[in-house]
Amino acid sequence: MIPLSWYLVFAAALFCVGLFGVLARKNAIAVLMGIELMLNAVNINLVAFWRYLGPQDITGQVFTIMVFAVAAAEVSVGLALFISLYRRRGTISADEIDLMKW
Amino acid sequence: MNSELLIWLLPLPPLLAFFFIVLFTNRTKWLSHSIAIGAAVLSFLGTMVLIFRAIQTDHFGEHPIQSSINWLPTGDTWLQIGVMVDPLTVVTLFFVSITVLMIFLYSIGYHNFGQPKGDHDLPGLPPHGAVKADVHGHKKLVLSIEPMYSRFFAFIGLFAFGMYTLVISDNLLTLFVGWEIMGLCSYLLIGFWFAKPSARSAAIKAFMTTRIGDVFMLLGIAYIYSATGSLSFQEILSPATLEMLVQKSSPIVGLTAAGLIGILIFIGTIGKSAQWPLHVWLPDAMEGPTPVSAMIHAATMVSAGVYLVVRMFPLLSAGVGHSSLPPPMVAMAVIGTFTAIFAATIAIAQNDIKRVLAYSTISQLGFMIAALGVGGYVAATFHLVTHAFFKALLFLGSGSVIHGMEHGVFATGNHIDPQDMFNMGGLRKKMPVTFWTFTIGGLALAGFPLITAGFWSKDEIFVDAFHHQPFVFIILALSALITAFYTMRQISLTFLGKPRSNAADHAHETPWTMTAPLVILGFFAITTGWLGIPEDFPIIGGLVPNWFHEFVGSTLTVHPETIPFHPVPLITSLVVSLGGLGLGWYVYRKVTDEKVDPIQRPLGKMYVILKNKYYFDEFYQKVFIQPSIRFSEKIVYAFMDRTVIDGALHWIANVTLIIGKFFRNSIDMPIVNGFGDLVGNVTTKLGFIFRPLQTGKVQQYMIMALVTLVAFTIIFYYIFF
Repeated sequence: MIPLSWYLVFAAALFCVGLFGVLARKNAIAVLMGIELMLNAVNINLVAFWRYLGPQDITGQVFTIMVFAVAAAEVSVGLALFISLYRRRGTISADEIDLMKW
Repeated sequence: MNSELLIWLLPLPPLLAFFFIVLFTNRTKWLSHSIAIGAAVLSFLGTMVLIFRAIQTDHFGEHPIQSSINWLPTGDTWLQIGVMVDPLTVVTLFFVSITVLMIFLYSIGYHNFGQPKGDHDLPGLPPHGAVKADVHGHKKLVLSIEPMYSRFFAFIGLFAFGMYTLVISDNLLTLFVGWEIMGLCSYLLIGFWFAKPSARSAAIKAFMTTRIGDVFMLLGIAYIYSATGSLSFQEILSPATLEMLVQKSSPIVGLTAAGLIGILIFIGTIGKSAQWPLHVWLPDAMEGPTPVSAMIHAATMVSAGVYLVVRMFPLLSAGVGHSSLPPPMVAMAVIGTFTAIFAATIAIAQNDIKRVLAYSTISQLGFMIAALGVGGYVAATFHLVTHAFFKALLFLGSGSVIHGMEHGVFATGNHIDPQDMFNMGGLRKKMPVTFWTFTIGGLALAGFPLITAGFWSKDEIFVDAFHHQPFVFIILALSALITAFYTMRQISLTFLGKPRSNAADHAHETPWTMTAPLVILGFFAITTGWLGIPEDFPIIGGLVPNWFHEFVGSTLTVHPETIPFHPVPLITSLVVSLGGLGLGWYVYRKVTDEKVDPIQRPLGKMYVILKNKYYFDEFYQKVFIQPSIRFSEKIVYAFMDRTVIDGALHWIANVTLIIGKFFRNSIDMPIVNGFGDLVGNVTTKLGFIFRPLQTGKVQQYMIMALVTLVAFTIIFYYIFF
């Protein structure tokens, strides 16, 4: 059986890839995708810990499904914002969304 | 209504009229004069009822009608004020109520009621006339209504209130109140046309001059109160009090208390009745409208002055049985006599119809004062009454003449002085009613024998003077001669001969509201004299009882003696009046157009002096007015006010400023402001420093958050593990 640490390393790598995407990509949709990667890394952790530490409960699976729901809601709100933003300013580049600047 | 209540109510109608007109009826001219005249009629009727009751009372002098109330608490006693009607009050009320009513009535016509409003008339100036088209469409200038018509009636109402109050008072305090109300009213009415500088200065002059007298009078009143503890006539004029005052010595050496009080009170009269040396205001008072002149000269103001000394006569003559004459009587005799001749001589060189009358008033008041000075109590009162009637008549007559002349001036369009007698002449045909009534008044003033009232009263003064002080008698006789002369001069210049100007040719009789009072006053100017014909006068004496002497004489506790008949005063009286009138007629019977006074050449330099009223105005100007103005400017204004008071204030201000600057520079600026500025500046600088962090780029924020999170995680890790 594959040891737990592999899953954890994989999840950590996935999280870092997502984080890099969030911090480094200019396209706002790519940033959203980065966020999804980070959430899924967390999901992998949740499922892995459930399977190795407490398979008699279903808490890890329930949590994972909740994160899916939240992520779906979050993506739908974020995409709606970006559409609105694009209509108004003609861009979805994260560098140019700087109305809060001093 | 009982008599006491009636007396209390007597002065009220004119006062109510004053308030009512002032507050409500300014817009409605007819209502204004109706109210004023209605009030005068009410007071008149009340007076007549009182007089009727008084005459029917036996021994009225011993039992005057009296009523008083507690007014001011003074310690454990009360200062009482009240009203009193005794024979002296009755005769005074008699002439006051009639002349006041007549003057009110006359004012309607004088102020051109019913005429159109002038286009250029302004409040404060006499009306300039209005353009009116007649039936044929010709436009012509006619007299226009006075712009301040209602105000005039309000003021004369207040004036009448003052006089009624003064006359019915039973004490010196309310008398003084009435006295001062009249002083105020004379100021307001002399300055009625206040936009004329001459009227303004005349008003101030009248007020200031009478004020000098008033201050002395107030001192006298204060002295009486401190000496006797009362101001009621019945108490201060009682024999016991008078005896006490005669015995008491005053702070001034050589004068008894009675003497000092008498002189102080008499100075009040000098001011009010325009006796020398305070006579200067009265001729200038001619600047007011003519009904006001009549009001001041006959009905109220100057009569009040004489009334006061007549009222106070027992005090002024207190101690007459002692070795010498009391000083107040000497003062009255000297000043009265001097004023009589002094003013009479000025009058002969005046050309203004009203000024002649003004000086004749001063002169006749001198007669009254002189009569009191020689002990002629009844004679002075008698002359006061007759003079009020014929002088009111003369003034209203002169107003009528001026009014007629103004009509002529407007009709012809050449602007001459409508008051200058040398512009008149021949008015007897144009204004017959005015002519006849004015002549009656003039003859009364001159003392035309037997018929006129002036003769009987003046004759009585002559009798008293001849009996007591022959020197006074001679001077008064001389004044009477001059009086007759200038009276005839006035009548001749105004009414006789031919018109000396176009305006006089176009003069016009005045409306009935003006002539009716003239006729009524003319009636009284003749008949009042018959009340006082001496019993032992040749032929006609005793036909009519000498009611006046009996009645007024009973006011005094010691009934004045009837002086036996003597031919000298009578003959003198006849000679001076007829002689003066004849001379006046002879000199002025044919004054032609050259407008030179015929007496100018024979009098020479004297004429110039008389024309300039002995230079008294100039003298006062130099000696009193200019020094006081200079004193005000140099000492009070430049030194006291600008240097001392302003200097002190500026010094205080400067010191305060210096202290303030110190606090500002050393405390407020560096500490309080410095701290406030520091907070602001530091905040701004910090903002500048941290501003670049706010890039607005969300990924940078997130990097910062990540870095911070990692940093804190590391820190916490090393601290807690």
